[in-house]
Amino acid sequence: MADEVVLLDYWLSPYGMRLRIALALKGIEYERKEEELNNKSPLLLQSNPVHKKVPVLIHNGKPICESVVALQYIDEVWKDKAPLFPSDPYLRSQAKFWADYVDKTISGFARKLWSGAKGEEMEAVKKDLFDCLRLFEGELGDKPFFGGETLGLVDLALLPFASWFSVHDKFGTFSLEAECPKIPPWVKRCFQMESVSESVPSSDQLYDYVVKMRNSRQE
Amino acid sequence: MADEVILLDGYVSMFGMRVRVALAEKGIKYEYREEDMRNKSPLLLKMNPIHKKIPVLIHNGKPVCESLIIVQYIDEVWKDKAPLLPSDPYQRAQARFWADFIDKKLYDAGKKIWTTKGEEQEAANKEFIEVLKVLEGELGDKPYFMGERFGFLDIALITFYSWFHAYETLGNFSIEAECPKLISWAKRCLQKESVSKSLADQKKVYEFVVEMKKRLGVE
Repeated sequence: MADEVVLLDYWLSPYGMRLRIALALKGIEYERKEEELNNKSPLLLQSNPVHKKVPVLIHNGKPICESVVALQYIDEVWKDKAPLFPSDPYLRSQAKFWADYVDKTISGFARKLWSGAKGEEMEAVKKDLFDCLRLFEGELGDKPFFGGETLGLVDLALLPFASWFSVHDKFGTFSLEAECPKIPPWVKRCFQMESVSESVPSSDQLYDYVVKMRNSRQE
Repeated sequence: MADEVILLDGYVSMFGMRVRVALAEKGIKYEYREEDMRNKSPLLLKMNPIHKKIPVLIHNGKPVCESLIIVQYIDEVWKDKAPLLPSDPYQRAQARFWADFIDKKLYDAGKKIWTTKGEEQEAANKEFIEVLKVLEGELGDKPYFMGERFGFLDIALITFYSWFHAYETLGNFSIEAECPKLISWAKRCLQKESVSKSLADQKKVYEFVVEMKKRLGVE
């Protein structure tokens, strides 16, 4: 029986981006349905009644919600190609820890950066963000990716947010290169992979989007 | 080589209790070390430098942090006895989703009960019950959350039961009146030695919360 895979998504969702990359890495064919966040489809509300959020992976009619849960599901079901989670239980626990850390901290900073915080408040957010990213730099070490030679769970968890931070770089809010020099080259390496470049908007594309949004608000 | 297992924990922590239950289910011998959150040991700070929290499982010198990650690690390493997660990937995804739901909602909802008064507290009670009712709905008529066998999701939730007496007394409401099925489920779980020996005494939890209220100035 052919698998039917549907992804309920929103193009800017960093959590949706994680699943797009995973599905591409595994070579899984799927149908992507773009959701309007202020006009959620009946399918979304039915598939994720608890949180009513994207992304939702629907595999042969059965929904899986929460991006890290879905990533683990994808890795367990399509286990013959591009493993995302380490096979060693200890290394697996470490990868989960770092992915969880992205969700506990980085996502919050991302929100605050775009919230229009100014002055001292903004400086505090930036400092916390850089301290956090430096921990990730330590975890990356000299490896090309967090997953080693190939992309793994932590790469997928962090990359969508890191892509957004590079946009701030372009706006001159801060210099990621100066503060966390290992991060921009890691982002670049990730984007050299087709599974990433075809799944995730580049920071150039995100930058253009933000500029367009700001211009249209001024009209 | 004999395994060396150490658990850095706090007696009243519902998160620490989860690990205790898992270790008991698997019959794993370990050294329990009680941590004082106001005077954290050098070992805790070394083993969990990022969050500085308990529980931390130290297996042959290597730390694993975050209770749900620890329980999954235990299940994977000591896989020959008492499997905690189902073998089907979709069932596993459901268990992980609901455990994540508990972590996202229940602790904060519970905390609001003992840190607020009056109308704010009544709203907190209501929110807490709403979360429990969603979980009760998920339980349905099954003996345990994933079916016939006690497992991961039961472990994720049952440890909160030791805090129910404190929530009820301080919030002045009855959980059993609102969620009778959940209380039956809890009592069923408590018949298991791994649970009854691992959960903190509810009177001691209550005393702890009263003490915390004084310290935080929220009487």
